[in-house]
Amino acid sequence: MPSNKSVSDAPITQFINCRILREHQLQRDDLWVREGKILDPEKLFFDEQGYADKRVDCEGSIIAPGFIDVQINGGYGIDFSQACEDVCSGVSFVAKKILEHGVTSFCPTLVTSPPAVYHKVLPQVKVHNGGSHGAGVLGFHLEGPFISLEKKGAHPAQFLRPFKSGDISDLMEAYGSLDNVAMVTLAPELANSQSVVRELSQRGITVSLGHSVANLSQAEDAVKHGATFITHLFNAMLPFHHRDPGIVGLLTSDQVPAGRTVYYGMIADGIHTNPAALRIAHRAHPSGLVLVTDAITAMGLPPGRHTLGQQVIEIQGLHAYVAGCSVEEALEAASLHPAQLLGISNKKGNLDYGSDADLLLLDEALNIKATYISGEEVWRKEP
Amino acid sequence: MRLVILDDYNLASEWAAKYIRNRIIQFKPSADRYFTLGLPTGSTPYGCYQKLIEYYRNGDISFKYVKTFNMDEYVGLPRAHPESYHSYMWNNFFKHIDIDPANAHILDGNAEDLEAECRAYEQKIAGAGGIELFVGGIGPDGHIAFNEPGSSLVSRTRVKTLAKDTIVANARFFGNNLSKVPTMALTVGVGTVMDAKEVMILITGAHKAFALYKAIEEGVNHMWTVSAFQQHPRTIFVCDEDATLELRVKTVKYFKGLMHVHNKLVDPVLSIKDQ
Repeated sequence: MPSNKSVSDAPITQFINCRILREHQLQRDDLWVREGKILDPEKLFFDEQGYADKRVDCEGSIIAPGFIDVQINGGYGIDFSQACEDVCSGVSFVAKKILEHGVTSFCPTLVTSPPAVYHKVLPQVKVHNGGSHGAGVLGFHLEGPFISLEKKGAHPAQFLRPFKSGDISDLMEAYGSLDNVAMVTLAPELANSQSVVRELSQRGITVSLGHSVANLSQAEDAVKHGATFITHLFNAMLPFHHRDPGIVGLLTSDQVPAGRTVYYGMIADGIHTNPAALRIAHRAHPSGLVLVTDAITAMGLPPGRHTLGQQVIEIQGLHAYVAGCSVEEALEAASLHPAQLLGISNKKGNLDYGSDADLLLLDEALNIKATYISGEEVWRKEP
Repeated sequence: MRLVILDDYNLASEWAAKYIRNRIIQFKPSADRYFTLGLPTGSTPYGCYQKLIEYYRNGDISFKYVKTFNMDEYVGLPRAHPESYHSYMWNNFFKHIDIDPANAHILDGNAEDLEAECRAYEQKIAGAGGIELFVGGIGPDGHIAFNEPGSSLVSRTRVKTLAKDTIVANARFFGNNLSKVPTMALTVGVGTVMDAKEVMILITGAHKAFALYKAIEEGVNHMWTVSAFQQHPRTIFVCDEDATLELRVKTVKYFKGLMHVHNKLVDPVLSIKDQ
């Protein structure tokens, strides 16, 4: 066939024999990619009279958008919260390894740490795109230090902080810089938190509620000021009570501003949350579910002693678990919803025309067969 | 004419698809000699397209050396609109086969100068050597393409305002909202289709029965524009039982009696695998 280059010289790849996640359903359709983005084949046909240069036979695989992990503290021996000289290489190492698990973008997470750690670590890692070198970094998730003492979980008590003035100086003192920060988890019951929530939201940083003893009304207040996420729902917060549902009540609260969605992170390993509780949350508010790993240094490592920030912890074993929803919903909870949460769904987390071609080829059991970033294969499972 | 009557919609669709397949393969198209095919849209030809896609997927036919010319397109409807005829052809046919995009022609209802677009289309057809086989349907008001009642029987490709009957019939594709249906379309003329070497009209369903009666048992009349094909040397009407409900018993019996002759056109069904 004669040349099809009219709008662009770049090669066009057509993924055939696949089922793609589109409009919340798995549909039998081909997927087209050019210059790292998903291409509209109808426009290509009629406007450019173009066709594919290369066809990839997916042999019946499912194609889903690459997963986005907004809470991951490290892995494979790397702890992001350790203030070492070369945080970059640690982040890069993990970024490369998580491609095997289908994660194409992530937020390296730092647990509560002394200011020295933040001041040292934050400037070293910039937001950047993924590729064959590893998953893309969307920005840091700073979980703490503005959290509740009673709900500190595995965070070190001595480094927790209050908001002194409630303005940007509190944040700058603790963190040093907000330049490459995508999300901050804080406890809204802390005094002066509302103005901080507003300040962060205005800067485009996602505000998440967690490690908190807030009641529902305090949580709703924070949402009104801009909070949009709940860090690991159920864990490190007051339990649901029928007269004051606490933060959990945000899932069905009628005080959430119109047009806004409150998302909630779930560690779906069957351990952090009983699957029945996960199902209750999912049924109450399916479109807000965001799957996170909250993985720590020990992920991918044998049992033993490892660090988590300033603490030393023991690991017995790990297993992952997704329960109670359809395949499409599970895939969206790991891709579309985190992208919507971070406000990047115009280019990530879906297979819409124009989105970045960060894709996963999966088998029926949702095992990852291959990972693509910007249309380039970056990992393939050994046969 | 040939009146080919099959028991139901699926059999009629299959007969038509086999006929198109055999015609293309017998023609032995090549880079120097393309097979030119005129194509319709709508619910009637849907089954026929499905069968052709199946034949392509089985490796029995290729559209590599086929040039297609669609009959019509709405005016003013964005090309990406799900009800545009571009969308129909992409989703129901082009995206599933190996046709070269440069050879798939559809009138552009959003062209700056609609009349120039129509003239250019006629030239493209002429430039391709004319249409070898024009496949079409029939509206409940007996129209071919959008040649509404009153259209000249020697008309060429032009802009037409749609008749009320047609707008009502198409409302089901626009959420049953009459105000959302386009009111104008670009269409090949009756004369344009008459110029084809062969014409095949697909007619299925009881709601088309009266139009079929008017088209083949009454005279040539510009109020029922499909009747023009009574004067074409090679026309095939492919229908199901329901579409014959308004015909005389004698007509139906005569043509059913000829099915063994008609079936020689599709049996044996040819395949490029044998070439």
